[in-house]
Amino acid sequence: MTDASLILLSLGVPLAGMMLIIACGRWAALRDGVTVATAIAMFTTVLQLLPRVQAGERPRLELFELFPGLGVTFEVEPLGMVFAMLASGLWIITAIYAIGYMRGAKESHHTRFHAFFAIALFSATGIAFAGNMFTLFLFYEVLTLSTYPLVAHKGTAAARAGARTYLGILLGTSVGFLLLATLATWWLAGTLDFTPGGIMAGRVDPGHGSILLVLFLYGIGKAALMPFHRWLPAAMVAPTPVSALLHAVAVVKAGVFTVLKVTIYLFGIDYLQELASSDVMLYVAVFTLLAASLVAMRQDNLKARLAYSTVSQLSYIVTGALLLNQIAALGASMHIVMHAFGKITLFFCAGAIYVATKKTEISDMNGLGRRMPITFTAFFIGALCVIGIPPMGGVWSKWHLIMGAFEGGYGLVVLALMISTLLNIGYLIPPVVRAFLLPPKESDAGGGLREAPLMCVVPIAFTALGCIALFVLAQPLAELLGGMFVSAPPGAAP
Amino acid sequence: MTEHLPALQVAIGLTAAPVVMMLGRSGRLAWALTTLTCWATFAVALALFFEVSDGSVITYQMGGWAPPWGIEYVIDAANAWVLVIIGMISAVVMPFARRSVEREISASRIAMFYCAFLLANAGLIGITVTADAFNIFVFFEISALASYALIAMGRDRRALISSFQYLIMGTVGTTFLLIGIGFLYIMTGTLNLGDLAARLPEVADTRTIRAAFGFIAVGISLKLALFPLHLWLPNAYTYAPSMVTVFLSATATKVAIYVLLRFVYSVFGFQFSFVDLSMGWVLMPLALLGILVPSLVAVFQTNVKRLLAYSSVAQVGYMILGISFASTLGLMASVMHLFNHAITKAALFMAIGCLVYRLGGISLTHLAGAGQRMPWTMAAFVTAGLSLIGVPLTAGFVTKWHLIQAALEGGYWPIALLLLGTSLLAALYIWKVVEVAYFQTPDDEHAQVKEAPLSMLIPTWVLAGSTVVFGIYGNFTVNSARAAATALMGGAP
Repeated sequence: MTDASLILLSLGVPLAGMMLIIACGRWAALRDGVTVATAIAMFTTVLQLLPRVQAGERPRLELFELFPGLGVTFEVEPLGMVFAMLASGLWIITAIYAIGYMRGAKESHHTRFHAFFAIALFSATGIAFAGNMFTLFLFYEVLTLSTYPLVAHKGTAAARAGARTYLGILLGTSVGFLLLATLATWWLAGTLDFTPGGIMAGRVDPGHGSILLVLFLYGIGKAALMPFHRWLPAAMVAPTPVSALLHAVAVVKAGVFTVLKVTIYLFGIDYLQELASSDVMLYVAVFTLLAASLVAMRQDNLKARLAYSTVSQLSYIVTGALLLNQIAALGASMHIVMHAFGKITLFFCAGAIYVATKKTEISDMNGLGRRMPITFTAFFIGALCVIGIPPMGGVWSKWHLIMGAFEGGYGLVVLALMISTLLNIGYLIPPVVRAFLLPPKESDAGGGLREAPLMCVVPIAFTALGCIALFVLAQPLAELLGGMFVSAPPGAAP
Repeated sequence: MTEHLPALQVAIGLTAAPVVMMLGRSGRLAWALTTLTCWATFAVALALFFEVSDGSVITYQMGGWAPPWGIEYVIDAANAWVLVIIGMISAVVMPFARRSVEREISASRIAMFYCAFLLANAGLIGITVTADAFNIFVFFEISALASYALIAMGRDRRALISSFQYLIMGTVGTTFLLIGIGFLYIMTGTLNLGDLAARLPEVADTRTIRAAFGFIAVGISLKLALFPLHLWLPNAYTYAPSMVTVFLSATATKVAIYVLLRFVYSVFGFQFSFVDLSMGWVLMPLALLGILVPSLVAVFQTNVKRLLAYSSVAQVGYMILGISFASTLGLMASVMHLFNHAITKAALFMAIGCLVYRLGGISLTHLAGAGQRMPWTMAAFVTAGLSLIGVPLTAGFVTKWHLIQAALEGGYWPIALLLLGTSLLAALYIWKVVEVAYFQTPDDEHAQVKEAPLSMLIPTWVLAGSTVVFGIYGNFTVNSARAAATALMGGAP
């Protein structure tokens, strides 16, 4: 198949899937089957682009042009390839998990839920493959809007309030700052195309560039830099599969992915070194990283703790992007994948605990490990991956990040990363310790083994194994991502 | 034949009007003749538009009398663009009008209604094509008097008061315009716009000319509803018959803006208007207030027609803001918005017309559950609403993009930010309507309502669809606007 049709298909499959899901809404089993089939079809389509990107090609597609120089275009480069594979691959697992969860937790409106999920994946793919900032912005907004009904899913007052915060912050920052930054970039640089090495050098003076960087980083509200991080804990009112795939992978990673795209392909690492605001924003990210970890320590609600942990981990990636060297940028890109696997496992576990026991608070989880050994073992593995301890994949991304900080001579950042790792241990390991080592409450005692439904447990085991597999697979991943910095890829069409 | 096209543009409508009046017995026949007239006018407008699209200029001497004795018509890229807007809107609104007017106007008055409509239409076209200052005033009065009659025919009795209010304000406006034109005539001895432009520089540094500029600017500002001279507009739009609101909202203020542009850029010239008299600094604060205040007011309206009327005042603010930047890019954004806002607002008011036709009223309480009862109408409303907000891939976005570029070009960063903020305000008031229509259940009275008739739905969708088409393929509007801006900047016709 040609490049163009593969890209179109990657976007078209989830859309077609959404329509089929709505059409089959009346027959629950068929609809759920369609959801999984769509996810599998999408993943295989995306996967077919991989060998071309590995060979150094950059598949392109120009959909249409609004006015000269500005159009909706797609170009698949290594980072986008990884993000698209990650989102679509984990969608398969999440789709299976969601079926088990939605039935187990007796949620309503399954059809609407699965349909909007498909749209969210469609927009995530659009973000991954976007060839210029305008296209990226377009899909970024669709992603915000399509996930709003998912956050408000329960329809209770709390859910609606959470969803309003979610929509308010994400729309406000994106329209107020991100769009403004995009418009200003167009005005100053004359183009919005993602180009290796950036488009700003020589066109935008560092004064304007400094302002632009601040506007971009705060405009990308999905990257959850403080003080615009409140939407992420607010989004935790959503059913757990949403938290797992969207608020640990697709939505938040779309945010940091955009940060990386902007820093690497719009500003360019060399140009960023001239900017006064680079270091300022670096320390904002480092502050977020530490502060969010501290807040996470104090959360008793498991999902809230995981949410703040995500805020902190996202800042690892932003930090990596702003350390301004290739090792750190590589580490940041790898962390997108490593953290995704770790955190989705943790969220899956939180959901499984809820489905099996209706418990949401960590202080209630004493002794649960004996009843749900698989779930808590997986939680332990996911936690180790997020913390960055071998033999989990997470170790490699943190390794690169710290190396990058060393190379840049940022001693303070190295220190902050170390402290944060200790904090990670401090808030992720206690739930496991409570579950396995403390005696259960009297009301919970006995009852033997009581895991969540099979459709919940199998995905958990799968992603947990993924965390371990990434320890071995880090090398090919790093090689693929290394292509980001090649300005003229070998064999690419001129 | 083709050399008479500029005259035909006006003459077709003016001749058809009395004929339509005489067909008083049959409303249907009057409608049919009016529709044919509007289509013919649109065809002529298109022919003219393509003829000047290569940058040429058509001049036409009325009755063969050469200026300055006779009246001259001049068509260039700028007013051909406005002609297309007027022609297109009237051509699309006529099929829509048949059912809507039959419902809202008593049968005995339908012929008179269409006669007045043709006069208003011909008046607006006349203002646009003529190159004679006094003639502009005459056509302003023709279209205005016809409009007062049209608005007064609204079903609600408050329509009479609104019409009277508009009459007072409109007459003050045109009188100011006439005084200004008189001053110009005293000083230069000519009424031809081209001659005026040539002779004004000699006498520019006199109090009379500056006073003339003031009178003309304020007079036209009244007609185009520049904040805070907009007070006639919300009532007029709210109580006029649906079809009249569609037509006036899409054309009347646009033509007035065109006249302002013609005087400011072509007759007085860029140097006099923007450098000597710093007009940009007068317009900019008014435009900004005009965007902000009516947008805020719109958020709190419960009558959807009035809500959109206030939004129209805000949109005029956008167009004036583009002018106030005193740059080609800003001018382009304004000229572009004439078109983009015309199709957007006409589509919205047509959707409102469909809702009125079925629901009998247009306050938010009438709309509960309309999303389920009238899905196509509401979908058109939402589509055009997105364009009003300025969402990417709609016509409104193409304007907003250029307007913000113009703001950045001038170094007005805070204004760029403000423009994005006011988009959120627009999102807020459109969302208010959407929330009621889609998330509330209808009361018993309106539970059995059906979708609007096809003859109204299709024209609505033609315009709603074109907001998306011109949002995706923005090249046509951008190029036309560039040509029009060049023509305006270039000097007098």
